[in-house]
Amino acid sequence: MIAELGFVALLLAMALSVLQSFFPMIGVVNKNLWLMQTGRPLTLGVFVMLTIGFLCLGYSHAVDDFTVAYVANHSNSELPMQYKISSIWGGHEGSMYLWIYILSGWALAVSIFSKSLPRENLATILAVMGMVTLGFLLFLILTSNPFERILPIPPEDGRDLNPLLQDIGLILHPPMLYMGYVGFSVAFVFAISALISGNLDSAWARWSRPWTNIAWVFMTLGIALGSWWAYYELGWGGWWFWDPVENASFMPWLMGTALIHSLAVTEKRGMFKSWTVLLAIFTFSFSLLGTFLVRSGVLTSVHAFAADPERGYFILALLALTIGGSLTLFAIKAPGLRSRASFTLFSRESFLLINNVLLSVSCFMVLLGTLYPLIFDALGLRKISVGPPFFDFFFTKLMAVLILALAIGPLLKWKKNEYKTLKKFAAIGAVASIALGFIAMYWYGNGEINFAVWLGLSLCFWLGFGILKAFKDNTRNAKSFMGGLKKLAPSFYGMQFAHFGMIITTVGVVMVSNYETEEDIRMAVGEAVQYDEYEFRFEGAYPVIGPNYSAMRGEMLVFRDDEKVVRLSPEKRNYNASGQIMTEADIDAGLMKDLYVSMGEELNSNGDWSVRIHIKPFVRWIWLGTIFMSIGAVLAILDRRYRKTIKVKN
Amino acid sequence: MHPKRKQKLIFILAGLALVGSAVGLVLYANTENMSWFRTPTEIATGDYVIGQSVRVGGLVKVGSVARADQGLETSFTLTDGANEVKVTYDKIMPDLFREGQGIVAEGKVVEGVLVASEVLAKHDENYMPAEAAEALERAGHPMGMGINQEYKEQY
Repeated sequence: MIAELGFVALLLAMALSVLQSFFPMIGVVNKNLWLMQTGRPLTLGVFVMLTIGFLCLGYSHAVDDFTVAYVANHSNSELPMQYKISSIWGGHEGSMYLWIYILSGWALAVSIFSKSLPRENLATILAVMGMVTLGFLLFLILTSNPFERILPIPPEDGRDLNPLLQDIGLILHPPMLYMGYVGFSVAFVFAISALISGNLDSAWARWSRPWTNIAWVFMTLGIALGSWWAYYELGWGGWWFWDPVENASFMPWLMGTALIHSLAVTEKRGMFKSWTVLLAIFTFSFSLLGTFLVRSGVLTSVHAFAADPERGYFILALLALTIGGSLTLFAIKAPGLRSRASFTLFSRESFLLINNVLLSVSCFMVLLGTLYPLIFDALGLRKISVGPPFFDFFFTKLMAVLILALAIGPLLKWKKNEYKTLKKFAAIGAVASIALGFIAMYWYGNGEINFAVWLGLSLCFWLGFGILKAFKDNTRNAKSFMGGLKKLAPSFYGMQFAHFGMIITTVGVVMVSNYETEEDIRMAVGEAVQYDEYEFRFEGAYPVIGPNYSAMRGEMLVFRDDEKVVRLSPEKRNYNASGQIMTEADIDAGLMKDLYVSMGEELNSNGDWSVRIHIKPFVRWIWLGTIFMSIGAVLAILDRRYRKTIKVKN
Repeated sequence: MHPKRKQKLIFILAGLALVGSAVGLVLYANTENMSWFRTPTEIATGDYVIGQSVRVGGLVKVGSVARADQGLETSFTLTDGANEVKVTYDKIMPDLFREGQGIVAEGKVVEGVLVASEVLAKHDENYMPAEAAEALERAGHPMGMGINQEYKEQY
């Protein structure tokens, strides 16, 4: 009964979203105030219906209603309650539901917090939001109904949630990522409505910026969570695989990062208008493309759910409609977007342009590497796969150039900057960075020369000097340094925080990629091996019983200079319901290095095991940096000018 | 030339240089880093480039898995029903590696033996890697037809 109620709520949500797509739009065209104002209650209505549906789905999961096919396929009566709830998004149908639910949540947020927008704009925005919601609701109802029943003979127990997903990382990762994916729809819809109205002034960019930043923060944290989860849960100790589905989330992130910076130029200088609009369209298109890649199963990936061509075609059609429609609109309206302002080669504008070009090219290359196998397949050539070396190769180079420019960009004035103001800084900064990079590399590597580390760390010092110089320049006119700091705008702090996060993440990537130890070895009971300054002593493995699994738990003692550092107890689990085997690594986490041990398999009757031992220097910095970036993006939107617009209009 | 136009030209040239070098990087990186899909039959009949990385999909032949007494080296036979290829691997096997299971092994062929640098099994035991399924299908093995179809219907 509850599942049917949920389905009815879903149908009602669809009906309301049809109204939401057309009423406000018709109101704008016919200048009918009443129709325009239906946008907000309709948005609320869709959200309420989807909430009811979501609660019904959640209830079916909580009470183990295995007559519902989706529950039977993704949950199990033995599952702890928090995983029963998170199994709502453990499979295709439920995660699509969550996607749409979040979309309608964003639409509701826009309708609540954008009271200051002109009526026509808000009506158009909500109508376009409604169209996107409608498209995906159709998809959900027609191809992926999560409320479908298995009747007349339901299974006795569920097939269980994939054990890999029974983890706090996976309770949080998909909702965060979806908040980001879907959040970019706001920037997209703002751009589309601005195109329709033909009014792309700096006010438009000012409205977009906070929404884009918030979506970007969710995306950043979502990706970081996924990377962290893969690191400790998959048992391979890798933090990024260039897996197609990772790429699917990384492409909108790269585009979104470009968008954030391009919006700054449009807001401050009224330039790059058509480029910014195009970026907003592309960012959301890449979000949709990501959804398509994950859902259609066209790419082989650890993430891919079951392959289903019908679903794939549906999303592909939605994708084509969105991209085709918005680009057509762009082609019609964009020629009218001329900006009169100009800028010179050495100015903040041109450095933001460099940022945009580099990020777009990176995104394009990731796209190429991800789709290469598909293109080959479609052309009837042989099946191929493109591995991490391809991505590593170009990405590191593009990022090196990006960081090089990143240190300079924020120091420049808008429009035009004299070369001589930065001559001294550039010369001293470059020499100091290269020297410090060398010293750090030499010291950490115990005298070993590693050019990649040297370059990477030098770039980090270079960016660090850039940030210090920015603080110095901006407090120059204040009476005291501290007094000057207090006067700086939150947006300035935001920018510097985010760029500082870039340093932290880069240090992590450089150090762990070049100095990590990764060994697969065979160990007998009582055997000890030495890696770096650590001795790993294997004490054997013994059986343990968990709530819904049984496991073999290995005992590994780690010593340093004959002193015990830590005892690690990695497990090899066998989940009762699905019979699936899972590797649970044990990690001694530290700011400077992680000790990581996971179990392979028992090799003989004497209790020999294959064991994976990793030493990962600075790996936490990769994720720590993303926290700084996120704080930066939030600080940036606390700026007074975003609040002011609301007050003035009220 | 008008300074404005000159500047525009510099921008365009810089943009072209960037895109150009990007494409160059792609082409360069690709010759090194692509892995070509091959079936056991193709390996057995010598249809591969020596020294190039290949991905071979197929079923792990039942009874073929042999472990060394020392170290981690494991050898097994990969079959598509028509032909077989021997694979060696000296790292930890994925959790779902089992006899009779469809897997993909990536590596280089040395004297007819695939020395694998990576062995991939699906994270779900009901599912077979697409490449393994295709190898079976091409060789006319019955498991190549049904398995992913059946999986689709369950989900």
